[in-house]
Amino acid sequence: MGKRDFPTRMRQDHRVKPSPFGYAAPATVEEALAVLAQVGDDAKVLAGGQSLLPILNMRLAAPAHLVDVNRLRELAYVRAEEGGVRVGALARHVDVERSVPAYDALPLLRQALQLVAHPVIRNRGTTVGSLAHADPSGEMTAVLALTGGSVVAARRGSTRTVAAADFFLGPLESALEPGELAVSAFFPSFPARTGTTFLEVARRHGDYAVCGLAAAVTLAADGTVTAARASYISVGGTPVVIDFTELLAGSAPDESGWHAAGELARQQVEPEADIHASADYRRHLVGVLTRRALGEAAGRAA
Amino acid sequence: MPATVSGMTAVHDTTTGEPLHDVRLRVNDVWQEARVPARRLLSDFLRHDLRLTGTHVGCEHGVCGACTVLLDGAPVRSCLLLAVTVSGQSVTTVEGLGSPEAMHPVQQAFRECHGLQCGFCTPGFLTTAAAYLAQHPSPTEAEAREAISGNLCRCTGYQNIVRSVLRAAEIARERTPSASDR
Ligand SMILES: Cc1cc2nc3c(=O)[nH]c(=O)nc-3n(C[C@H](O)[C@H](O)[C@H](O)COP(=O)(O)OP(=O)(O)OC[C@H]3O[C@@H](n4cnc5c(N)ncnc54)[C@H](O)[C@@H]3O)c2cc1C
Ligand code: FES
Ligand code: FES
Repeated sequence: MGKRDFPTRMRQDHRVKPSPFGYAAPATVEEALAVLAQVGDDAKVLAGGQSLLPILNMRLAAPAHLVDVNRLRELAYVRAEEGGVRVGALARHVDVERSVPAYDALPLLRQALQLVAHPVIRNRGTTVGSLAHADPSGEMTAVLALTGGSVVAARRGSTRTVAAADFFLGPLESALEPGELAVSAFFPSFPARTGTTFLEVARRHGDYAVCGLAAAVTLAADGTVTAARASYISVGGTPVVIDFTELLAGSAPDESGWHAAGELARQQVEPEADIHASADYRRHLVGVLTRRALGEAAGRAA
Repeated sequence: MPATVSGMTAVHDTTTGEPLHDVRLRVNDVWQEARVPARRLLSDFLRHDLRLTGTHVGCEHGVCGACTVLLDGAPVRSCLLLAVTVSGQSVTTVEGLGSPEAMHPVQQAFRECHGLQCGFCTPGFLTTAAAYLAQHPSPTEAEAREAISGNLCRCTGYQNIVRSVLRAAEIARERTPSASDR
């Protein structure tokens, strides 16, 4: 910790990793939208920075401007609302994970968040930021897709609500346009007697999943299946939602049904190979995890 | 830029022309200030501007955990934060956990249990474990393992690190016997 001098090399200003950028830290949403309108297309919103900073540090991107939204306290909320949970853009993953009202309204949020990175990353990363980032391996993209949720995007003078089905356009590509700020996301609750789970296979706990899914099963009062759906990550450019309701409705929640659903899912997905896993292995995981997840979700639906 | 935008400044670096920002941080209970470009990472701010080299930098993309510091008490990656973003907040680095004369329980435990070899990863393990134990005073071995699962160590094989976290919990309880008797 000494006060000794550093070698000249370190004293020069090459000691920063990201390229230079213009920086603004607005204090209100209104101000943020004004700045975003002003700085033009080559700007990025900085939320938790847990995806953006690695990209800047490695200089995979060099935006001309960063608009830092970390001072927008008005967006730091997690609320149970009529019919679901609304998450403000400055709610950290940890806030959503720990929120009791959010858990009561939609347990899937916590079930999924516990698989998002490590607790230290969740202390800083935002849930809305992970939707905006649109990583096809991001757990929360699958949750938004499965719940049929939406994102509220604002720009100076106007606001629009984008449904999950229209929000994810491709890997790392969301429907957000330059000048827009995602101000909140809404995750609808499931009907009564619905059980949910999030399962995934990752090289290590906390790593991005090789394959994973959010699943929801709804049972009728007599115990038969009324609806079953799943939403997959890491097997396509966007979250892939498969509806098993037609296949399973009216049947008993049992292993043969889950097995048939696993087969159907295996046939429907079109995974790609990368350094982490082959396409075949991912397809195999889709079958196995579908079976397990639907069984687990049904067990929680009772 | 509108004049209302905070963090804007008219000061520029004399050689590069880059705008500079005054960052004020409460580091280990002492307010410190430096004038830096917006792109200065918190890790570099601590190490180069404040000369607090206890915080180590391994990967600079959030994976290794060596740079973990406590921001208002919660562990975060200092390599994934801009110093200017956290201006006005409190940071605890490994230097702030304890001193050689008055070691933090995690520091004492890592020394007792050989929880380090080269020591490169150690500052990140110490800050992460200290924050975890403050909220979970009696972890099981599985919980201890989980608590440090976001930190990488290339030397120890983790066995002694897990042992150190469990021992640190013990030391903390020994130091406040009334808390563990309750
Ligand atoms: C080691 C490590 C492991 C990780 N593992 C996982 C994992 O397993 N699963 C997972 O899902 N994530 C993982 N993450 C990423 C983490 O969840 C991020 O927090 C999240 O992806 C992005 O949220 P953020 O708030 O940090 O966004 P930032 O990094 O600040 O921004 C990400 C992108 O979204 C844009 N953006 C952010 N917020 C808004 C907004 N409100 N309006 C408009 N645009 C916005 C930014 O401009 C940027 O392009 C990991 C990260 C690290 C470092
Ligand atoms: S240096 Fe920050 S996580 Fe590796
Ligand atoms: S002690 Fe060397 S990296 Fe952990």
